[in-house]
Amino acid sequence: MRIVVDFDLCESNAVCMGIAPEIFEVRDDDFLYVLDENPPESMRAKVEESVQRCPKQAISIAED
Amino acid sequence: MNSTTVIVGASLAGINAARTLRLNGQTGPIVVVDADPERPYDRPPLSKQMLTGEWEPEKILLPAGKEDLDLDFRLGVRAKAVDLGSRQITLETPNGNVETSAFDSLVIASGAAARRLPDTAGIAGVHVVRTLADSLSLRADLDAGPSRVVVIGAGFIGAEVASSCRKRGLDVTLVEALPLPLERILGPEMGRVCAQVHIENGVDLRLGTGVLQLETAAVDGVERVVGVALTDGTTVAADVVVVGIGVSVNTQWLEGSGLNLDDGVVCDDTLLAAPGVVAAGDIARYPSARFGRMLRVEHWETAIAGGEAAARRLLAEESGETPAVFDPIPWFWSDQYDRKIQLAGRPMPTDECVVVHGSTEEFRFVALYGDGDRLTGVLGMNRPRHVVQLRAIFEEGATFSQACERAAAL
Ligand SMILES: Cc1cc2nc3c(=O)[nH]c(=O)nc-3n(C[C@H](O)[C@H](O)[C@H](O)COP(=O)(O)OP(=O)(O)OC[C@H]3O[C@@H](n4cnc5c(N)ncnc54)[C@H](O)[C@@H]3O)c2cc1C
Ligand code: SF4
Repeated sequence: MRIVVDFDLCESNAVCMGIAPEIFEVRDDDFLYVLDENPPESMRAKVEESVQRCPKQAISIAED
Repeated sequence: MNSTTVIVGASLAGINAARTLRLNGQTGPIVVVDADPERPYDRPPLSKQMLTGEWEPEKILLPAGKEDLDLDFRLGVRAKAVDLGSRQITLETPNGNVETSAFDSLVIASGAAARRLPDTAGIAGVHVVRTLADSLSLRADLDAGPSRVVVIGAGFIGAEVASSCRKRGLDVTLVEALPLPLERILGPEMGRVCAQVHIENGVDLRLGTGVLQLETAAVDGVERVVGVALTDGTTVAADVVVVGIGVSVNTQWLEGSGLNLDDGVVCDDTLLAAPGVVAAGDIARYPSARFGRMLRVEHWETAIAGGEAAARRLLAEESGETPAVFDPIPWFWSDQYDRKIQLAGRPMPTDECVVVHGSTEEFRFVALYGDGDRLTGVLGMNRPRHVVQLRAIFEEGATFSQACERAAAL
């Protein structure tokens, strides 16, 4: 699974970071950084929760 | 499981309940009823990107509403009454037909409706913002370039409407009955900061002032608002008025059902309201052990989490598993001008409030609320990372002093 963030939509509210800090990090510059673009399968539930809870629908999962 | 579930409300809580049921083994019919004829959509943009004109309705459709979950949508259909004994719900279709539908389980997710000023129905130029239709109708009035917009109520919705109007370059008067905006939620100190944000952004803010009446005139044979008379004796001329004075819960259809209604549907700590009946989202009132009182939370994330939890409650009832307690830390955000306000928790206005990061003068800070040594809230303005990290610390059960200490190290 590959994580795709639409940075035009992302507003750095750090909701995803609250769910999966191993993958998403909002830094002091107020930008979101994806720490692991290809997280292991074991993280899928957390990634899916992040997709559902992103208020801007900015996160998606690409299967490749 | 092959029983029939009826969900009333195809908004955030209802759709997420439907999705959770379907993805967790509910194979029977799931009927989702909503009086609103629109496909399920998201409300936060209604006072933000939809009003500024940045977004179009297509963009706010709820993702779960677009998934193929084999749901039986009954849009434009209103629930009128429910009989929990015979497990029948009475529905009214758009053409006025009344029919009944049988169910085994019921999810109550009919949310809340915007409160209006009395005796203002039918006056052109007077708006509330709760539905897509509301937002589009206000937007059309804003497109016409009004000389001034008066927003009544400086709560979160009123503040966002004021912000969206300012972004469009419109003159705005914001009227608030309390001495400070959001004082009952954030306390006086932070209320003062929020007032300052409006003033810095060019809003004519009138605090401690109520509305006496709307002034109207006949324009082309239509009664239109032309001004707002305030209790301080002044009158503000306006061609658009937006009323943001809170909501009332949509429980009318549940009256006489035997459910315990008290400004919401009273549930237990697993969101169960009666056997096989759960409630979620803006309408659910549940006991929170964390905050030591009954809560009814009007936040986006609580509607999602509550919808999921309510669905799991029904699944647990069928499988005989022990149901999970629903007691998350409420969390929400509000976008006003270029500021993002985030609050985790439920402080009381009398709680102690300390700024632990940044400064209120720069409108970029984090503050913690405490009642004695009990942590009750985390408030951030343009500090999303800190809010998320402190919310996690809150979740772990940190005390007020522990949270203050750990905030310093973030
Ligand atoms: C303009 C606006 C901006 C917001 N911004 C934010 C924000 O920035 N951050 C945040 O955290 N929260 C925000 N919220 C709050 C958030 O949107 C709500 O908490 C959420 O929508 C609640 O979802 P719900 O499903 O419980 O209820 P609702 O969204 O109220 O949905 C209830 C549904 O039930 C339907 N219904 C009602 N009665 C009946 C009936 N008798 N029969 C059939 N259908 C019925 C209604 O048509 C409606 O679709 C905002 C809300 C609004 C209105
Ligand atoms: S939750 Fe969405 S909007 Fe918020 S930081 Fe993550 S990707 Fe961006």
